[in-house]
Amino acid sequence: MSHAIDSADHHHGPDKGILRWVYTTNHKDIGTMYLILALGSLLIGGTMAFVIRAELFQPGLQLVDPNFFNQMTTMHGLIMVFGAIMPAFVGLANWLVPMMIGAPDMALPRINNWSFWLLPFAFGMLICTLFMDGGAPNFGWTFYAPLSTTYAPPSVTFFIFSVHIMGISSIMGAVNVIVTIFNMRAPGMTFMKMPLFVWTWLITAFLLIAVMPVLAGVVTMMLMDIHFGTSFFNAAGGGDPVMFQHVFWFFGHPEVYIMILPAFGIVSHIISTFSRKPLFGYTSMVWATASIAVLSFIVWAHHMFTVGLPLVGELFFMYSTMLIAVPTGVKVFNWVTTMFRGSISFETPMLFAIAFVVLFTIGGLSGLMLAIAPADFQYHDTYFVVAHFHYVLVPGALFSILAAVYYWLPKWCGRMYNETLGKWHFWMSFIGVNITFFPMHFVGLAGMPRRIPDYALQFADFNAIVSVGAFIFGLSQLIFVYNVWRTTIGGKGEKATDKVWDEPTGLEWDIPSPAPYHTFQEPPVVK
Amino acid sequence: MKRVGISAVSALLLLSTAHSAFAEWGLNMTEGVTKVSQNIHGLHMTIFYICVVIAIVVFGVMLYSIIYHRKSRGAKAANFHESTTVEILWTIVPLLILVGMAIPATSSLIDMYDADDAEIDVQVTGYQWKWRYTYLKEDVDFFSVLATSQEQINNTEEKGEHYLLEVDKPLVLPVDTKIRFLLTAQDVIHSWWVPDLAVKKDAIPGFINESWTIIDKPGIYRGQCTELCGTGHGYMPVVVKAVAKDEYAAWIAQQAKEQAAAREVKDMSMEELMAQGEKVYTSNCLACHQKNGSGMPPVFPALKGSKVALGPIEDHIKIVLHGKKGTAMSAFAEQLRVSDIASVVTYERNAWGNDKGDMATPKQVKQIKESGK
Repeated sequence: MSHAIDSADHHHGPDKGILRWVYTTNHKDIGTMYLILALGSLLIGGTMAFVIRAELFQPGLQLVDPNFFNQMTTMHGLIMVFGAIMPAFVGLANWLVPMMIGAPDMALPRINNWSFWLLPFAFGMLICTLFMDGGAPNFGWTFYAPLSTTYAPPSVTFFIFSVHIMGISSIMGAVNVIVTIFNMRAPGMTFMKMPLFVWTWLITAFLLIAVMPVLAGVVTMMLMDIHFGTSFFNAAGGGDPVMFQHVFWFFGHPEVYIMILPAFGIVSHIISTFSRKPLFGYTSMVWATASIAVLSFIVWAHHMFTVGLPLVGELFFMYSTMLIAVPTGVKVFNWVTTMFRGSISFETPMLFAIAFVVLFTIGGLSGLMLAIAPADFQYHDTYFVVAHFHYVLVPGALFSILAAVYYWLPKWCGRMYNETLGKWHFWMSFIGVNITFFPMHFVGLAGMPRRIPDYALQFADFNAIVSVGAFIFGLSQLIFVYNVWRTTIGGKGEKATDKVWDEPTGLEWDIPSPAPYHTFQEPPVVK
Repeated sequence: MKRVGISAVSALLLLSTAHSAFAEWGLNMTEGVTKVSQNIHGLHMTIFYICVVIAIVVFGVMLYSIIYHRKSRGAKAANFHESTTVEILWTIVPLLILVGMAIPATSSLIDMYDADDAEIDVQVTGYQWKWRYTYLKEDVDFFSVLATSQEQINNTEEKGEHYLLEVDKPLVLPVDTKIRFLLTAQDVIHSWWVPDLAVKKDAIPGFINESWTIIDKPGIYRGQCTELCGTGHGYMPVVVKAVAKDEYAAWIAQQAKEQAAAREVKDMSMEELMAQGEKVYTSNCLACHQKNGSGMPPVFPALKGSKVALGPIEDHIKIVLHGKKGTAMSAFAEQLRVSDIASVVTYERNAWGNDKGDMATPKQVKQIKESGK
């Protein structure tokens, strides 16, 4: 609609200067801003991980006090989840969904602008808490009450407000994606012809709309407990601290899939392109994604096996959680079968995608182990869990985002990134990520609890190794930053062709590289 | 890169099959000293091996494709896709494997939930940041706090063998006896974990959770709090000392006698109060108010030069007895003996340059305590 007005006064091309970015309603500009915000958050959250790993390099307290350590683990988790992974996927959705379905822009461009511009303020406020009296939130990213209510530092109120703003932004972003996909597909593009990234994002958007209000509800209850004398989570007033965990994880578990479903879409595209073969089972991929999304609503209490659930509850959540392995397995088998008898080449996006499949599978298998409730009594809240969720989030979600940037960057900016640097980035990341997270399985099984600033001596050797790996992994991301910078702003690298790769499928490869500011003003026809 | 993934998995496999040889490395879950813990260990290993087999098959096919179906070797891409048979097969087979895993898991879980017929009931209460053990059928009740010195934590002293896993008074339990734990907490959520017993249960304010164990072997078993509970989360270990039944009977009788004697209110000199006060302060107050009384404002106020420590002594005693509502300052009336409260108040008024010069007596504390608020 707004686009019709644009073309009426022949105002193509962006505004000049800073106001272009403030006022923009263009999906490509907004996508870029989301991705830059995500990169910034990644670096800030990564710096916090450096503080954590530096402190844990040796037993004893060397650098920070335990309270600041807790602030670091909390902020690291919050910033990586809400500031890095989620905005990065929204950025990719902004860039890619309209181009993939042959739409001129997102359906609600002004809402799109607003959902982005809320985020810098939300994160600005969250980061400011570090400099407040009493320090930043220090109760873990899962902020269990009553540690996060009665016993929280005063900055918790800013944290609550910041979560509210992020929630509003996410919900608006999700609504926008759904409306765009439902209404703006090119003629002939039926649902079962949509690219998988679009499908996975559509399902993700429904998950976001379903659970972000739950998160808003739980933080509002906290706010009431802290400032208005209610006792939702205060046992002394008749409240229930366990209810907090039920509500939180009813949000939290679908949230986990919000951070991985778009990755499934990305990896499906990349593996198919570089194996030069169509995806083995498109239909089963769509159904597997939908089943994972549905199942994600009935598994939340597997995060709570030790809170004293009744036996029947434990059994229900154990079985439902184990069931998730089936659709997840379908996905992994699909990727492997797609590679089988293909003609595979190993450009940087493909390397990251293959690493994704392998390492995500390792994370999935440890997830299956964690689903076994009796064994979870030994795994719960140890480094085994830390290893598990970092395997699905770092070489899982993050690797898929890196793969996506390498894969689509030539389309976005019209130049090829430097392949040698890309390979260096990949190998350093791959080695670093495994040195960091693999030994965490061992220390966890051996009995090291998570979120402790100091540990017993038998954990010392592995912790030193983990810290070295973390620094290798973290610093190697600078190669990526440099590579992207020199390709985009630096203007180096050979010019990309319109197809960029050998025979990739999808409408985005039919438009010129770099993609013009306005694309598909005339809808393409999909056969 | 595939190779690294595979070799990492096979390394894990190798190391765990030889896990007894590498036990001191702490690579794998402990087998523990109870039927339940051995059962869980068995379950863990079975599932681990199933996962390894799945990983080898999946990554094997992938590695094969990576080696033989690469473009640089001139591989031509086939064009097959969609096969209902294959897709049904790879849905059904994992489902059957899962059922195979669920059966033993269910029976272990049912067993773990049967806390009936316990001979000894121990109430475990989590506090920021210590554990309290109450033997429900005996007159024995004590706190168990970290025994590692602040100097070791701050690296000014060499760390001992059981750094951070040692306490002043362990929980003493008899072997071959069914013991039921009733877990709750006073302030925030804690979680009581002893890996060798495979007991991990959250201690939640307002709730009483249940767990149980029968220890097969005498020994000292160490664990930690496993639910983030604030600044001192890493500093509230659990130590269980399992002893023969007769030794336990003697110990519990001795404890009951000592505790009864300690409840009597005696007069103490300034020196006694200061010496005991420093000990009480170190194990109960130091985590927040810091060694030099400087606190961590604004959440944990300083005691050095504070209005409370230099103000009227009754108010000071009352805050320690009843805590301060809406803050992390908890009520110590039920946690500490009157002599401990008298000595810690005296200590706080006369340490770190707080030269108030006055002293709180156990009698005075008892009187204020009994008069209520």
